[in-house]
Amino acid sequence: MAGRAAAPSAWRRPSVLPGLGLSLGITLTALSLVVLIPLAALFIKAASAGPAEIWAIATSPRTLAALRLSFLGALFAACINAAFGLILAWVLVRYDFPGRRLIDAAVDLPFALPTAVAGIALAAIYAPNGWVGALLAPLDIKVAYTPLGVMVALIFIGLPFVVRMVQPVLEEAQGDIEEAAALLGASRLRTIFQVILPPVLPALLTGFVLAFARAVGEYGSVIFIAGNIPMLSEIAPLLIVIKLEQFDYAGAAVIATLMLLLSFALILLVNLIQARARRRLGDV
Amino acid sequence: MSDATLPRHDAAAAPAPAAKPQSARSVVGESPIIQAALITVSLAFLLLFLLLPLITVFVEAGARGWSGYREAITEPDAVSAIRLTLLVAAIAVPFNVVVGVAAAWAIAKFEFRGKNLLISLIDLPFSVSPVISGLVYVLLFGAQGYLGPFLRANGIEIIFALPGLVLATIFVTFPFVARELIPHMQAIGSTDEEAALTLGASPWRVFFSITLPNVKWSLFYGVLLCNARAMGEFGAVAVVSGKIRGLTNTMPLHVEILYNEYMSAAAFAVASLLAGLALVTLALKALLEWRYGDAIAASRRH
Repeated sequence: MAGRAAAPSAWRRPSVLPGLGLSLGITLTALSLVVLIPLAALFIKAASAGPAEIWAIATSPRTLAALRLSFLGALFAACINAAFGLILAWVLVRYDFPGRRLIDAAVDLPFALPTAVAGIALAAIYAPNGWVGALLAPLDIKVAYTPLGVMVALIFIGLPFVVRMVQPVLEEAQGDIEEAAALLGASRLRTIFQVILPPVLPALLTGFVLAFARAVGEYGSVIFIAGNIPMLSEIAPLLIVIKLEQFDYAGAAVIATLMLLLSFALILLVNLIQARARRRLGDV
Repeated sequence: MSDATLPRHDAAAAPAPAAKPQSARSVVGESPIIQAALITVSLAFLLLFLLLPLITVFVEAGARGWSGYREAITEPDAVSAIRLTLLVAAIAVPFNVVVGVAAAWAIAKFEFRGKNLLISLIDLPFSVSPVISGLVYVLLFGAQGYLGPFLRANGIEIIFALPGLVLATIFVTFPFVARELIPHMQAIGSTDEEAALTLGASPWRVFFSITLPNVKWSLFYGVLLCNARAMGEFGAVAVVSGKIRGLTNTMPLHVEILYNEYMSAAAFAVASLLAGLALVTLALKALLEWRYGDAIAASRRH
């Protein structure tokens, strides 16, 4: 897409439209003041702690436990969301049933519902005396105030990402090749897994990454249901808040930087895998 | 997605379960049993994770009856929290609209180097934890922050005050408007604008009478999502607010305080207002997608 037609030295392609300077100026100024400079302050603060202290904060058992819970929990929730999101998108695109439109609209609820509201509602439902918690209590399954509760909240907030990424691709995938595969004698399962789903895979992966990225940093919906027991059900964002409340700014900055670097690295990794797959399969 | 416009080959017309489409379906499509099973699984999943929480909010909010509900949302702290939430959104959303429109204009109408990097940077706040979005401002403007001494010397309050709340809210909602506008503007192209300019219209007139009307529905869509997030933001705001009752307490923070004080019914009463906002947002969103699905389809595609 980049300006290939322009002379190699020009940074932009000539255009008759006005306003590039103004619009780019507004964008870059706002972006720098609101996002980039504050993030830079975070990295500087973290770096100013010095290698020994950074290492001590990063490898303290409590930090490691919190990071492990946030990242593994987000990974687990994103996997659940990928599986159920795919089924949900499939059902919404291909089947007709009463209330389908309503269900379709409801999928976006986690985007619209404030996380604190979701948090107290989930805590109320999955608490031992809640609607679902009471059903699980006789089975000796505790959800609220355990790591399982963290997963429930992370599944809640990540669900729409997968559905909304997969849905449009599934809609496009309906058509002739599917019939052709069936008429050529492929079984239904084979048609689904070898003809319909492969083009959906990149979108599924993108949805997975978005759900994961959102879940890693999630705070509001988790803290009410998690119970927040150190080393057990304490997520990394909460640990940052705790450090801040103790005026341990350097500690908060180091954990925040670790979180950002880890999640950026993971997102980059998945994007690279995806780019490679795309090159191999041809542009999807 | 407006499903009315989608070609569906299993569109078995409701009145007559004709035999013809049946044979067409048997080639591509699952057996009714599998269909029913998949639908049941999806609905159960949604019920468990999405609908039950929503219902709970309203049920718990009504636990102490109408008078308890009214008392919870009209007591002074609740009213000032509602007012503060509206004020923060009223500053943060227009700011993001201006920046979002400017960013979309630059990115969709021009070709320049570093464009993909710019898009990634605009999307950056999506992958930053809300808590970190608040933390960065504390590190910058807090009492022990880099600019703290300077601000204190000049009597400017940012953290634990309105500016901090607004900044943190702008940070987390930064990408929303631009993200909806960019793909739509790119899909429309610039031929209309070029024609108008050639015919002698002034640049601002071109913008206000051609570009803006062309993208108004995706702009509204972006504003809707931006506003929902701005009013509901919790993590980022919690870090910079200090939670001073009646002063820096927004609605989501008020919900938390009430809940932690075991005033569950009151917490859910205030939460029900936010849930109502979410339902209105969803309804408007569904309406937009149904009515102007073609116009904003481009923005759903990315």
